[in-house]
Amino acid sequence: MLEIKNLHACIADDGTEILRGIDLVIPKGEVHAIMGPNGSGKSTLAYVLAGRDDYEVTEGDILWNGESILEMGPDERAAKGVFLAFQYPMEIPGVATMTFLRAALNAVRKKRGEKELTTPEFLKFVRAKAAELGVSDEMLKRPLNVGFSGGEKKRMEILQMSVLEPTLCVLDETDSGLDIDAIRIVSEGTTKLRGPDRAMLVITHYQRLLNYIVPDKVHVLAKGRIQKTGGKELALELEKSGYADFTGQAA
Amino acid sequence: MAAVQETIEQVKSIDVDKYKYGFETEIESEKAPRGLNEDIVRFISEKKGEPAWMLEWRLDAYRRWRALKEPTWAKLHYPKIDFEDLYYYSAPKGTTGPKSLDEVDPQLLETYAKLGIPLKEQEILAGVRKAGEPSPSNAPSEGADGYASMKGKVAIDAVFDSVSVVTTFKKELAKAGVIFCSISEALREHPELVKKYLGTVVPQSDNFYAALNSAVFSDGSFVYVPPGVRCPMELSTYFRINEKDTGQFERTLIIADKGSYVSYLEGCTAPMRDENQLHAAVVELIALDDAEIKYSTVQNWYPGDKDGKGGIFNFVTKRGDCRGKNSKISWTQVETGSAITWKYPSCILRGDNSRGEFYSIAISNGYQQVDSGTKMIHLGRNTTSRIISKGIAAGKSQNTYRGLVSAHRKATGARNFTNCDSLLIGDKCGAHTVPYLEARNSSAQFEHEATTSKISDNMLFYCTQRGLSSEEAIALVVNGFVRDVLQHLPMEFMAETQKLIGISLEGSVG
Ligand SMILES: Nc1ncnc2c1ncn2[C@@H]1O[C@H](COP(=O)(O)OP(=O)(O)O)[C@@H](O)[C@H]1O
Ligand SMILES: [Mg+2]
Repeated sequence: MLEIKNLHACIADDGTEILRGIDLVIPKGEVHAIMGPNGSGKSTLAYVLAGRDDYEVTEGDILWNGESILEMGPDERAAKGVFLAFQYPMEIPGVATMTFLRAALNAVRKKRGEKELTTPEFLKFVRAKAAELGVSDEMLKRPLNVGFSGGEKKRMEILQMSVLEPTLCVLDETDSGLDIDAIRIVSEGTTKLRGPDRAMLVITHYQRLLNYIVPDKVHVLAKGRIQKTGGKELALELEKSGYADFTGQAA
Repeated sequence: MAAVQETIEQVKSIDVDKYKYGFETEIESEKAPRGLNEDIVRFISEKKGEPAWMLEWRLDAYRRWRALKEPTWAKLHYPKIDFEDLYYYSAPKGTTGPKSLDEVDPQLLETYAKLGIPLKEQEILAGVRKAGEPSPSNAPSEGADGYASMKGKVAIDAVFDSVSVVTTFKKELAKAGVIFCSISEALREHPELVKKYLGTVVPQSDNFYAALNSAVFSDGSFVYVPPGVRCPMELSTYFRINEKDTGQFERTLIIADKGSYVSYLEGCTAPMRDENQLHAAVVELIALDDAEIKYSTVQNWYPGDKDGKGGIFNFVTKRGDCRGKNSKISWTQVETGSAITWKYPSCILRGDNSRGEFYSIAISNGYQQVDSGTKMIHLGRNTTSRIISKGIAAGKSQNTYRGLVSAHRKATGARNFTNCDSLLIGDKCGAHTVPYLEARNSSAQFEHEATTSKISDNMLFYCTQRGLSSEEAIALVVNGFVRDVLQHLPMEFMAETQKLIGISLEGSVG
């Protein structure tokens, strides 16, 4: 279970507060969506969950399975099952996607006290998952994300997620920049990972994605706080009314 | 993939902030007095029992050196070296020349064992495996004679301060007709060969440091591979500077006669000292018709501490002469050490259809300064050259690639391909590329590519989010970056090199 308690976070460099007291609980097995206008702090929340040190937590706590993760580095959190699908995935020149996947998988397996996969085991494992997401062998040989289209990058994020088998999945605008077919592929990949041991936080600006990944709850984030929480129908309401109610500006 | 995994393992098991070769050997040494004059040159020549022509050659070099000025064109900043305050000769007591293994001072053997280079005639490889570990290449070790039994072996010439302490596998090499010994011994045993080739690639007055080396060089390796012989094992020299305030000036001369082949490795380390130490080597390679020389270096001289104190000043002249038609010389270097590196392994492509290659990985961290590159001088017809340079700068270091590609008027059909990539880690370091191109023949085709990239915080965060530690992430990215060059190193050197890359970049983040 993920418990975010009165979370305040600012930009480490200049102290500008971005998250202003977030409270959120996601039990295992549930998928929650966070929606909100641009600049409301959605990505910041995702980064703070993953442990990015550009942000400083000034108040509150984040508990994952009852344990505070605030003092943990990003790699330790990853080992505890935290995964962030980035809004803007990074390009890693010179490192073949397959090599990267293997290094990452072995790193987390080792930290989790599991043994590394042998080369044939690993290849079989990855190829099966890649096929489901329409990721070709050729793409796996290319340097990670280098020269990939927006859609390919997002698919690659989901592939990494399914390879690393995290227990807390945070997806930051995985739908942005995707056409409808790509959204379907990515959503199916994500939905497949839904399960009783997994909690998911799906961040999106648009309701569209939630037709495919149907959330248990929807939260509206604006001005650094959760302004409203509801069921999946809340997303449809927002689609009609926009975020004006929450930002204090006319639509 | 496995190799990357291995790197990660190795990087993890390393003591942070430790130059592990930094210990000092307490051994009595015999030195010439400080400073340099004609008497010191005579002293060195006499110590070595050299022929009269060699002394004259040295004195000639000494006089030329006096007239030369230190080069200042490189992008390097360092305090002026007081050449009158150095020792130019230092030898562990009792080593007047290379000996058989059982005569070598046990303390010296121990020093090399500690460096991961046990000087025993068994299947060991410089720094790659500890003695007694199984060979990864599964090289057959039975069968005393013949080619196959020698594969996986490396003959080593160990140079400690100014002298060669031992050369291994000499007998086995002699069977193939290969001469591999210290240059001092070559001067005694094969003076005609030395006289014929010494200084023919790097003349005495080539540059300030080469002239100095020519005057005072104390030892180094000599290799001669006779016509048609494929040298049956890797040859290797391991240089170790120990003595304080002592310059190391070694001289290496490698001759591959017609249709022969040799692969040679060079490794270097030095103790950690607060003072800077000077290293000014000269390496000359000569490839005759249809011959090939592959020269690989893993340079890991002490780089100085994290505040930039101490470290080796490395001013090296390395040049290969593709003298014969269809000859080939290939330089592969991994430069991780030294406070200052001034080094441009070059090829003179004299023979028609000859080929020169330069593959380089230069890593700088802390306050290290590297100015390195190559020269490809196309003189013959249809000569080709290829330059792949990967510069990695971290910490507060400066890393410059400086390269010249030139085609002579008569070099019809000359071709060069150059690729220079720089990788920056952090934002306090610098990478620079200074290519010079001179084509005097209109048929010359030169291609040049250069890129600069950066391991950004974003990239590191991305990798660590996936479970890699910062060190693992950097090792992964850097090994990806240098892959094109790594593959040109002899197999046995690759693991060592990947490990070294990890060590060299420790403390480059955070
Ligand atoms: N590292 C940063 N440096 C400066 N400003 C930042 C930084 N991270 C976020 N911000 C600012 O914080 C606000 C929230 O950003 P973000 O979390 O990316 O919003 P969202 O993802 O909801 O669009 C924006 O005004 C953004 O400009
Ligand atoms: Mg965002």
